[in-house]
Amino acid sequence: MAQLANFRLKGLLLLAIVVFALPLFISNPFHYGLATQIALIAGAVVGLNLLVGFAGQISLGHAGFFGLGAYFSGIMTSNYGWSAVPALLVGAVGVGLIAWVVGRPILRLKGHYLSMATLAVGFIIAIILNNERALTGGPDGMPVPSFDVFGWELSPFNQYSLLGVEISGDLAWYLFAGVVLLVAVWLAQNLIDSPIGRALRSVHGSEVAASVVGVDTAKYKSLVFVISAIYASVMGALYGHFQGFITPSVASFDFSILLITMVVLGGMGSTIGVIIGAVVLELLPQVLADFQEMEMVLFGLILMLTMIFMPKGLLPTAAGFWAKRRAQTAGGKA
Amino acid sequence: MLKTMMRRASKVATVAAAGLLAMSVQAADPIRIGSFLSVTGPASFLGDPELKTLEMYVDKINEDGGVIGRPLELVHYDDAGNASNARNFASRLIRSDRVDIIVGGSTTGATMAAVPMVEQAKIPFISLAGAVVITTPVKKWVFKTPQSDRMAAERVLADMKSRGLTKIGLISGTGGFGSSGREQTLAVAKEMGIEILADETYSGSDTDMTAQLTSIRSNKDVQAILNFGFGQGPAIVTRNYAQLGIKRPFYQSHGVASDGFLELAGSSAEGLRLPASPLLVPDSLPDSDPQKAVVQAYKSDYEARWNAKVSTFGAYAYDGLMLAVAAIEKAGSTDKAAVRDALESIQGHVGVTGTFNMSPDDHNGLTADSFRILEVHNGGWKLVN
Repeated sequence: MAQLANFRLKGLLLLAIVVFALPLFISNPFHYGLATQIALIAGAVVGLNLLVGFAGQISLGHAGFFGLGAYFSGIMTSNYGWSAVPALLVGAVGVGLIAWVVGRPILRLKGHYLSMATLAVGFIIAIILNNERALTGGPDGMPVPSFDVFGWELSPFNQYSLLGVEISGDLAWYLFAGVVLLVAVWLAQNLIDSPIGRALRSVHGSEVAASVVGVDTAKYKSLVFVISAIYASVMGALYGHFQGFITPSVASFDFSILLITMVVLGGMGSTIGVIIGAVVLELLPQVLADFQEMEMVLFGLILMLTMIFMPKGLLPTAAGFWAKRRAQTAGGKA
Repeated sequence: MLKTMMRRASKVATVAAAGLLAMSVQAADPIRIGSFLSVTGPASFLGDPELKTLEMYVDKINEDGGVIGRPLELVHYDDAGNASNARNFASRLIRSDRVDIIVGGSTTGATMAAVPMVEQAKIPFISLAGAVVITTPVKKWVFKTPQSDRMAAERVLADMKSRGLTKIGLISGTGGFGSSGREQTLAVAKEMGIEILADETYSGSDTDMTAQLTSIRSNKDVQAILNFGFGQGPAIVTRNYAQLGIKRPFYQSHGVASDGFLELAGSSAEGLRLPASPLLVPDSLPDSDPQKAVVQAYKSDYEARWNAKVSTFGAYAYDGLMLAVAAIEKAGSTDKAAVRDALESIQGHVGVTGTFNMSPDDHNGLTADSFRILEVHNGGWKLVN
């Protein structure tokens, strides 16, 4: 058990080092912007991983919750003069409620039926965002004011001083998003190592066996569905404020698939792994943009090769390889 | 072995250094034109001709000696129609590639996502997207080349009024183009004293619109029908219109002003009218029309180079690039503020889409008259005076 906690801290510590050391290596504001975006999306992916990686349930409509969070915060702050923090919190509670209401009946379904139902939820949200022009601006999207805390505005375009050091708004946003991601990971890891987390893994292992030993599977499944939806909503709201402009594509099916792909590619059930998945899938299009027409071909090829040769995902495969090497050297010595 | 490699390496280095020196003497720094377009994805029918146009004219201008003695360099990215990609690429163009001016943004969403970044970085930006919101209210650094959907509505309703049609039925798509067009039509109709007696909609994936059309037809007071939509929807509306045998005058929007629409709608399109770019009828334009030469040249250049039909969307990119070039020439430098001021003061610039008269209150510079009213006649376009 102590070892488990140790491992958990190690992952978090490693992530913290990477997050805070990154500004030493990059200085271009464009790179900060990209890193901020990756951190926010990674936060949503960490939440989705709780559902997919630990409880073994598929959601193909997660971008819907992400989009709802973004739009709720955007609409409340721009049309009704709310401050960003209450808009984010109320949005998260609202999205949690929606997830609970739709999750109860949906999570009784299994396998493909469950994926279909979550897919439908995502589509319905996207359709509403597309059609309610008066509120959402329709397919052309809507502007979102910058994030503010008690009248203090966080905009990528301002200058800030932190502990006496002048920093750009891009760097400030990046540090903020990095801290949010660390908190998201910390919460997720604590949840995983709690009785709830063990119950969830038992559901993943065998739902029948879990219910036989007294785990209320329906309750835990909807609980984790709600938690992951709240993760998506909070990250969506921050993403909207950071971007300054959102369109219904944040709630699109494509984006749902991208989120799931990040989980699968990085390694289901590995919190740090799925963050790597998010980093890779967000960075690749930027790196490959220089190849112009070949971009999509290369992107597909990389994904295919990864799935063929690393079916468990990037991090678990690498960790497994490492453990094997270590066992070999240990064996050699003995 | 190592020695040969060293020797070779130093040789290469000398040659490279000499080359660099020679280059810095010979060629002036290129003027960097940044662009993000929806070359793939659902809006590729916009981005693809736009990119082809930019590539082709950048080459052409460079062959002719460039602008203010400097060659042009095009830096472009494909946003695949996704607004957050557009924002990222705009950021990359401004901060990483350090371009001098941006000509791009195929869709309204992509354009608006990049606007905050552009305004903050103070870089001139010429958008190729249609909606009114891009330049109303006026944003200091943002310009655009296509007419707005409001102008299309004005042009159509003016033509109806001149034919004595004041009570009309409206049918529109629920996509971005259709719903924005519907809003503008409702607003313009009120100002022009035209009554809209029926207001129906259809979704982009609908395959039959007879129900909506029958409902409009049943209203005997409706004198004409206008369809604001995009993609295959308007072609289906046109076919249903003919199948139902509705005899009242029928109008479409500029969204379907392409030869592809004529193919889809076939003979049912006969007699319908729509507002369009003169690019569809270059040869019927009167010789006194100042746009005639520009339009004919663009059409023949494009079709010769790409062996594909010219499209009005590509023309937006042509106008965007030429406005940028004109502004840089006028400013005599690539100083961003000077180029912006020059752009704002451009008068009488003859483009393919229309004649641009920019001002501090108008960053589009076109009027509704730049749309020509065309009628489908014997499977082709006919200019209506």
